Amino acid sequence: MSKTTTDTELPPAPDDTAAERLSTAPVESDGPIGIGVLGWARWMWRQLTSMRVALILLFLLSLAAIPGSLIPQNGQNQFKVQTWKAQHTTVAPIYEKLQLFDVYSSVWFSAIYILLFVSLAGCIIPRTWQFVGVLRSQPPAAPRNLTRMPVYAAWRTGADPERVNAAAHRLLRKRGFRANLAGGSVAAEKGYLREVGNLLFHLSLFALLGGFAWASLASGTGGKLIVEGQGYSNTITQLDDFTGTRFYGNQDLDPFYLKLDDFTSKFQNTGDQMGAARQFTANVEYYQGSDESKLKKGSIEVNHPLEIGGSKVYLIGHGYAPVITVKNGKGDVVYHDVVPFLPQDANLTSTGVVKVSDYGVGPDGNKTQLGFSGFFLPTAPLSFAGTGPISLFPGDAAPELVLNAFSGDLGTDSGLPQNIYQLNTARLTQMKQDDQPAKALLKPGQAWELPDGYGTVTFEGYKQWASFNVSHRPGNEIALTGAVLAILGLIGSLFIQRRRIWVRAVALPGGGTQVELAGLARSESAKIAEELAELAVDLQDDAPASEEDPPGSAEAADEETGATPEGPAPGGPAPEQPAAEDPAAEDPTAPADQNSKE
Amino acid sequence: MHLASGVDPHLADLSNKLIYSAMAVYTIAMFAHMFEWTFGSKGAVAVRSKEQSGNLAETVAAAEPKAAKKVTVTVAGAKGGTTTLTRTVLAGEGATVVTGGRGDEDVDGPGAAGTSEKADLAGRIAVSLTVLAVLLHGGGIVARGLSVSRWPWGNMYEFSCAFAFAMTAAYLVLLAARKNVRWLGLPVAVAVLLTLGIATQVLYTDSEQLVPALHSYWLAIHVSTAIFCGGAFYAAFIATLLYLGKDSFDKRMAAGLTTGPLGTAPSIWRRLPAASTFDKLSYRINALVFPLWTFTIIAGAIWAEAAWGKYWEWDPKETWSFITWVAYACYLHARATAGWKGRKAAYLALAAFACWLFNYYGVNIFVTGKHSYAGI
Ligand code: HEM
Repeated sequence: MSKTTTDTELPPAPDDTAAERLSTAPVESDGPIGIGVLGWARWMWRQLTSMRVALILLFLLSLAAIPGSLIPQNGQNQFKVQTWKAQHTTVAPIYEKLQLFDVYSSVWFSAIYILLFVSLAGCIIPRTWQFVGVLRSQPPAAPRNLTRMPVYAAWRTGADPERVNAAAHRLLRKRGFRANLAGGSVAAEKGYLREVGNLLFHLSLFALLGGFAWASLASGTGGKLIVEGQGYSNTITQLDDFTGTRFYGNQDLDPFYLKLDDFTSKFQNTGDQMGAARQFTANVEYYQGSDESKLKKGSIEVNHPLEIGGSKVYLIGHGYAPVITVKNGKGDVVYHDVVPFLPQDANLTSTGVVKVSDYGVGPDGNKTQLGFSGFFLPTAPLSFAGTGPISLFPGDAAPELVLNAFSGDLGTDSGLPQNIYQLNTARLTQMKQDDQPAKALLKPGQAWELPDGYGTVTFEGYKQWASFNVSHRPGNEIALTGAVLAILGLIGSLFIQRRRIWVRAVALPGGGTQVELAGLARSESAKIAEELAELAVDLQDDAPASEEDPPGSAEAADEETGATPEGPAPGGPAPEQPAAEDPAAEDPTAPADQNSKE
Repeated sequence: MHLASGVDPHLADLSNKLIYSAMAVYTIAMFAHMFEWTFGSKGAVAVRSKEQSGNLAETVAAAEPKAAKKVTVTVAGAKGGTTTLTRTVLAGEGATVVTGGRGDEDVDGPGAAGTSEKADLAGRIAVSLTVLAVLLHGGGIVARGLSVSRWPWGNMYEFSCAFAFAMTAAYLVLLAARKNVRWLGLPVAVAVLLTLGIATQVLYTDSEQLVPALHSYWLAIHVSTAIFCGGAFYAAFIATLLYLGKDSFDKRMAAGLTTGPLGTAPSIWRRLPAASTFDKLSYRINALVFPLWTFTIIAGAIWAEAAWGKYWEWDPKETWSFITWVAYACYLHARATAGWKGRKAAYLALAAFACWLFNYYGVNIFVTGKHSYAGI
């Protein structure tokens, strides 16, 4: 792990290191350089931006994400957290301290990903500059000893070395390589997009993080249940509930008005698929801001939210809302409202309550209140015997309202907030009829004469309601852009091979020319060998192999490379070429060779 | 918003019958592959691979007089040995590439059948049976989809069936592309039977309609890519296991032991491809699938945004997809930059696959979240 260059196992000679590095990944150092605080700080920074630490941080990140998936989280289901805490009273306080109910916003989870991103920045930003340098300079010149390269081929020819080199240069350019002919050898490289992809991928992770961060600082969601024909203004007082964040609080709600015109729910009512939902559509009218004249029509379906200004409105539930009128003993209307009932099962058996808090004076002359609890059945059975009130079908084929009546104190005057869907029966008494709890089964339009002269309850009809999630979440586009770029980058990074090929033709002292080809790539792919072979075959048009035993024949090269990696080039004296030291190849500021116009 | 169920019972029934028939045929195919392995052990494996190189040398020699151009490329191997690749262009004809493995580099084994013709026959029968089984299997999936007029991957049972199908189909496609993968036949048959067994015995639910939240074209996109990734990760997992096995076999042989790991017969390991081949295969599959897995997660996030109003909520399923993703990123990193090869990287790959498995079975069964499938 001391070195993170290429995957080749061959030990590179010091002066050839640059040529053999196919990755701009930083080289890791083993200890503090220099002394004093600065030295240590630099060492720490290098450690943080090293691949080893990046790996450890990545590993920690996946480990740290686990507890949040097993322990209930506040961000998702507070109710479950409360239940869990009640069941595990001994460990709950410890978990609380360790922020195990808020893993993804905890100090330790944040620390890991922040460190990871610091490491990423420290790793990727220098790499980017380095890569710009690579793009502006020529491919690194041929190493002195080409036999040490992972793929190698050689032969002898009678052709002139310069012409062979020129031909190799031309062939490599034709194959899309960036090639440079200088100092008696050709250096070529291809597959830069791999590095581009890799950098793009890592940089786009920052875009993703940015999108996340923005969303978690500046988003908010509210819930609202609306009955057909009703509307609401998107303000904190009119929403049923709202969760905000630092930059999107109660005052920042997107101003708009939304009205539910009608709600369509269709269910299959024949055949095998009886009861299967076919359609849920909320037809709405809305305007943004406060200008009523800009009223627009729209519709909201599951998976198809409506965008109003900076908010999106999602359809998340629906049900029925009976319209109920209550008259007191004297015949005055004391209550008239539409009351949403909440579904309890797949066939929309719904429960709800009616609170008549302004009933006034009861038959006994005392001030009292009335309460009703009951069921709404969109499709009621012919008889409840044995089943209780249960709906048979989610559509409204045979709607019926089942009511129990109570009188007494609803507790609404205590000032404490009350759940509008529950009746607090602590100080209520159930009305009786013939010593049985008083109960009514009403079809739309029917009225119920309450016992003891309390008046009448009329089930006028019913409407449908829909519940909506109003969500303001900025930063989605940033995150999406980041995600798309990340995939593109990954594809480049994983599927493109970056590789180098060198060709060197030199005149041999005894006459003739020695042609050597060598290639370097990540060893994961065998393609480089094939590519080199193809190139060599093509090159033999210009540099036909001589009749005599080729010096780079399999056996020779085999033994040389296998046994003595540092040995001389096979079949002749080591060609001591100045190529490797050619400054033009390494120095990005040097003028490019005119042979290689890229 | 729950829905009542409704299906075409005849098609649903047909689907079940087809899946069970496919399982029966897979079982016979598995036995045929076992015969292949058993008969094949009689063949002389080492001799065969020498013969192979001999044949290659002969081909080259025969071509020599006519050769117009000939190049031999020396390729340095991972273990310090070399192999050569010879490309010969014959005069007046097209190019011929002749590849030969030489030197001390690992050589791939000849496959399960070794040199035994009887074993080869058993292997061919096994492959034909697998083709039959995959047709039945595919028919079962299609019938299930038709019975409810939707994509047949709405719950874990359906998901498992589709995923086992993807695995077999991938194997057969590789075979059809003339890749040397017949040795995969037995592990694939075992993995498919295991998956289908769990699906039919533990995860089975009747064919049902979907909740409206699943009424989205993202179901087709997100879930089908997830199925594909699952199948491919599974294949890479098998390759990783075989790599570990073959690697320790090689080490045991080098140490002079006479049996493979866990007391297995050496002839099994000799017939398998080289350890480095397994290693490369598992890396390639994982690297190939990683971008698609990234896409799957992103597609899921987009769908979540449309359905729930928030693209990421750390729902257990999302969390484990993320963990799996990071684990595979770890593995790729380790290989690409830290230069971890071999066993260390293989252990990371196994850990990453374990995350994937947990995400699939563990999260769906033990952890409740928004990703609830009908019936599990
Ligand atoms: C945020 C989490 C990160 C993820 C998900 C991630 C993922 C990846 C992936 C998938 C690859 C491609 C591997 C391949 O080419 O086979 C890669 C390559 C790489 N990563 Fe990361 N990475 C992360 C953080 C980092 C950090 C913190 C560093 C630096 C310290 C880093 C440095 C590199 C380098 C140098 C390469 C490419 C090596 C090469 O191909 O030349 N990455 N990363």
